[in-house]
Order: sequence, then structure tokens, then C-alpha cells
Amino acid sequence: MRQVKKASQPSSKALPKAATGIQGLDEITGGGLPRGRPTLISGGAGAGKTLFGLEFLVRGATRYSEPGVFISFEESIPDLTKNVASLGFDLDRLVADKKLFVDQVSIMRSELGETGEYDLEGLFIRIADAVQRVGARRVVLDTMETLFGELPNPGILRAEIRRLFNWLKQKGLTTIITAERDHPDRLTRHGIEEFVSDCVILLDHRIREEISTRRLRIVKYRGSTHGTNEYPFLIDDQGISVLPISSLGLDHDAPAERVSTGIARLDGMLGGKGFYRGSSILASGTAGTGKTTIAACFVDAACRRGERALFFAFEESPRQIVRNMRSIGIDLDPWVHKGLLQFHAARPTYGGIEQVLLLTHKRITSFQPSVVVVDPVTNLLMVSTQNEVRSMLTRLVDFLKTQGITTIFTSLTAAGALEASEADVSSLMDTWLLLKNIEVGGERNRALYVLKSRGMEHSNQIREFVLTDDGLRLLDVYLGPEGVLTGSARVSQEMREKAVVTFRRQELESRRRELERKRRIFEARMVMLRAEFEVEEEIIQQTISESELLGEEVVQDRGQMVLSRQADSSSYKKDVRAKGARRP
Amino acid sequence: MPTTKRKIRARPRKPAPRKPVVWNLRLYVAGQTPKSIRAFANLKLLCEEHLKGRYQIEVIDLRENPQLARDDQIVAIPTLVRRLPRPLRIILGDLSNSVRLLVGLDLRKID
Repeated sequence: MRQVKKASQPSSKALPKAATGIQGLDEITGGGLPRGRPTLISGGAGAGKTLFGLEFLVRGATRYSEPGVFISFEESIPDLTKNVASLGFDLDRLVADKKLFVDQVSIMRSELGETGEYDLEGLFIRIADAVQRVGARRVVLDTMETLFGELPNPGILRAEIRRLFNWLKQKGLTTIITAERDHPDRLTRHGIEEFVSDCVILLDHRIREEISTRRLRIVKYRGSTHGTNEYPFLIDDQGISVLPISSLGLDHDAPAERVSTGIARLDGMLGGKGFYRGSSILASGTAGTGKTTIAACFVDAACRRGERALFFAFEESPRQIVRNMRSIGIDLDPWVHKGLLQFHAARPTYGGIEQVLLLTHKRITSFQPSVVVVDPVTNLLMVSTQNEVRSMLTRLVDFLKTQGITTIFTSLTAAGALEASEADVSSLMDTWLLLKNIEVGGERNRALYVLKSRGMEHSNQIREFVLTDDGLRLLDVYLGPEGVLTGSARVSQEMREKAVVTFRRQELESRRRELERKRRIFEARMVMLRAEFEVEEEIIQQTISESELLGEEVVQDRGQMVLSRQADSSSYKKDVRAKGARRP
Repeated sequence: MPTTKRKIRARPRKPAPRKPVVWNLRLYVAGQTPKSIRAFANLKLLCEEHLKGRYQIEVIDLRENPQLARDDQIVAIPTLVRRLPRPLRIILGDLSNSVRLLVGLDLRKID
């Protein structure tokens, strides 16, 4: 290929470029269009070619002090001025300031005849004069190919156009030539791309599913690397914006700072500190599970800290969100008034997905929030294919991360496919909160759990999620033999448990009482027994002492009898002592 | 930057009376190029032949007056403009094809 040959030249190292000033384009092209060379902008009707050219000139004149010349072959100058006034380009002023020169070439075919050779010297003179008047560095020839319809003898015309391009190149003018693309197989109607060998950019405006999307692609850029993808672009009140976001790498910072979720128990579930700043959070769940509420809580907490928050509402109007959140005790109104909270509400169907992405970008860049909510991200699927949504989200997430913005995306999932989050966005997310409805006992109750949270310890438990008049509360769910119980089932289970406990306590107490009673009886009996015993003891003691006394009297009596009989007294005494010792 | 609209072109005059009109021809050139010299020679020849005494040729060098190229919407060189009689007629090229030039100028009808 010719391209390869050219690219191998050493000069390609420092190919000078002229910044277009078109948002995003200079990033894709690595600095702009080839300086001092012609660039072909090709596209179908309404693709934005004229605007592209004009913005190139206006930005050049206002930002890079490079005046420009616009040669219009189609539109009249007043029309042109009017058309771009809505984009904030004041052509009349630029013309008055000698920063821009606009000329219209119009040829009346009907009055025209041809005899013999001609050249386009008249056009050359006009351009040269215009360039000289404002000291132009940039030139735009808007749909020069119309000359083929107006002037006879295409052979001459082609040669002249080739000469014109060479001449522009010689003069070192950075030129844009627009051309109509009438057939997908070719770039221009009359094949003038063969004269413009340096840079070709294709603009495309296609309609799919009734929604228009604009694309830009750099078909070739000699001597320079460039993004080769199709980049979505948008035309709005600030001109053209191209989305080069995929060119960003994955080298964003990873702050260790943590931000509260606005729900104390949820912070607790996330290692006690909440989300990482700059992380992206997905809150997915079926309809009515409280996704927006979680987002609102987070926004509320951010505003309380004095940070700015931006809320993209793709489903509800801002007033509706504020009203609904007030019903659960979250008042967002003061933050709106303080300027800490901005809403951006629009149905994504209004524009294409690119438009949504660009608007998101623009709002974020201008507002510089630290917290962003996209509610819900799934609504974007309505306007585009899954693939596009995913690529758009990748871009958006990357962008938000480089900006260090913490973002909550809510995602509406169809019941039954909870964990297969739409558009497979979950892998882009750092934290995934799953909200689900648990159906028990004829009622649905909300439950929340942290499905994943990168880089932090997080709870594996399901929490019941209750919306009360004064905010959102997370409760432990009842985990019983019948599984997870929530709502009134949980309440009744708790009551049942309470009853069981009370019953046990009562039973215990009555046992204790019985024991006490038995002890008392026992003690009473003991006292009685002791008393009886004492009585008996006394009697026995008495009997013993009586008998002892009686024995001694007998001995004494016997002694006296011995004495009186005059027997051997000593031997008798001995006998009596031995008898006494043997007695127990 | 003035964007002149040719008033004359916008409203053609009423048909001229029988009195022969003086033809007003303007030849736009860019310097003394072979093409423009050739064009002038061809034009002169034809006028002498068909319009002797009642024509007027104005040669405008756009190199000297570029603004006129804008005002008169000249792109190609050489360009011949028949300003009078009405309607306006524009012929491009070096006028080497005399038959086409006659047709272009509508000369044969008048004679």
C-alpha cells in the first residue's frame, strides 16, 4: 500500500499538525489535521461536513489565531451564518474582525456555455485574494464537487482540482475539502479523494431503530498513527464533539479514601467505611426494589459532606425524584438550591446513545461533581444495542474513574435473571449491590446484599431493606429452618420466638419456686425431726444417767454389804473396776 | 464583505426596440496567458465578422482586480459574459470552437 511506503519515511516522526479545536478529534488524530495539507471530509447529506469545516475555521480563528477562508459552493452566506449562529458561531463578527473570510461560489448552469479549454484560475484568484486579505492559514472548500455539476468538461475540472490542491499545499494552507458520499462503496461522488492523499475523514449519519447516530472515522491519515475506530460524535449547541474516550488507558488513580454510602448499615456491610472514592457502583434489582432510593441516599450523604453531585435521571423528572425521596425523609431540595446537586433528566430515546454519552460528559466536565448517579443505565438499552451500551459504559466508567468521581449506576433487571446484569456491565463495576424482592407469606419485601466489592472486606449477608418515613433502614433478616424470612413473616417469627422464650422463662421460674418449696418442706421436716430427736435424746440421756446412778448405788450398797460381812475388800474392788472398763 | 447580487440579471429589461443594440461583451482573464490571448483573438475575429461596429469588448484581468471575480461569480478562466443584449450569457473557454461560440452568444438568430 502507498500508505506503508509513506509511513516508513523518517519525516513522519514529526508531522506537523493543525489542531482542529473540535472536542475529541484532536485526541484521535494525535494533534489535529495534517498542517499545510488538504484533508477530505466525506459524508452523506446532513452528515455535518459543512459544520465540521466551519468549526475548524472558527476554532482556528478564535483559539489558535489562525484566520481562515471559507469557500462555499452550495449554501449562500446569509444561510450559512444563520445556520451556525445556533451553534454559537458568530460568523459576522469574525468576518468583521478579519479573522474569517467567507465567499460563495455560485454558477448558473443555465446561462453557461462552453467552447474550448478553460481553467479555474478565477477560483484560484478568489481564494488567493481571500487568503491574503485575512492572512489565512486555513481554508475550507465546502463541497467543491458541485462544480462537476455546474461546469462542463469534467476532464479539465479534475485536472484543475488536482492543480488547486497542489497549489494549496504549496501555499502551506491547511485545507478541508468536503465531499458528498452518495454510495457506500466510494468516498466521493466524483472520486476527488485520489487527489487528497494525506487525510480522509468519513462522517456518517445513520438511523437505526428510529434513532439517529453520528459517526466519524479516519479512513486514512498518512504519516501519522490515529484511532481507527468509528467514533460517535454529536452536534449540539457547542458544535461538534467526538468521543475518543476509548483511547484512554486504564491508568487512572485508585484512591484509598472511602466515602459513606449514606446508610450506616450499608457502610457496615462494606467493611464499615463505605465505597471507595472514585469507584463505580452498580445497584441492580427488579422493579421497585429501591435502587433510586439507594442512589438518593448516597447523593444526600455527599451533599451533606459539601460535595457536588450530579444526578442523571433517565426515567423520572427531577421534581418527581425530589418528591418521592421526601416521602422517605430524604430532602434533596436544599441541595438543589445550594447548587450542590444538579439533575439532568432526559429520555435517552431523545437522542442516540452517543448523545447521551456526550451530554453526560459535558455535564460532568462543566459541573465537576464528586458523585454521579446514572438512573437507570438500562434505559440506554432502549436506544441502542447491548454492544454499544457496553462500549459506552466502558467509556463512561473510564472517564469517571480518571476524574475520581464515585458513581452509582442503577440497573433494572428482569425478574429471574438477577445476577446476569444487563449489558454485562457488572464486570465494569467495583461494587455491586443486588436488590431483590423476596416473596414470602403473600407479600414482597426488599432485600439487599453486596454481591461484590473489589478491594474491601464485605458482608456476605442478606439484609432486609425497609423504607420508613425517616429514611432507609437495613435490618437483619431472619434465617430460620424455612430459609430467609422478611417482612411480616420475620415479625411473626420473631413474635413466635419471643413467646417461646417467655414460656421457657416462666417454666424455669416455676421450677425454681418448686425447688424452693421443697427445700422449705425439707427444712421444716428437719427442724421437726431434730426436735423429736432432741426430745428422745433427752429421754435417753436421762435414762442413761439414771441407770448409771443406779449402778453406783448398787456397788456402794454391795460394798457396804461386804463391809458389813467383813469380806476381803481389796479383791472385790479389783473385780468391780474390771467390770466397769468392759462396759461400753 | 459585500455579496453583490446582480440587479441586472434579476430583472431582464423589456425587449429592445428595433434600433440595433450595442453588444456589451466582457472577457475575464487572469494575466496574459496563452488561453486568454487566444480567447481574445477568437472573440475579436467573430465580432468583426458578425457584429462589426456594434460591439464593445471589455477585458478584465482578475489578477489586477480579484474582487470582481467574486462580484461577478467568475470561477473559470477565460470567461466571456454577454452583458448586452439581455439575457445574460456566459461562455467558458478559449472560444476556439466558433460554431459553439455563435450558438452560445445567440448570434445567428439576430442576424
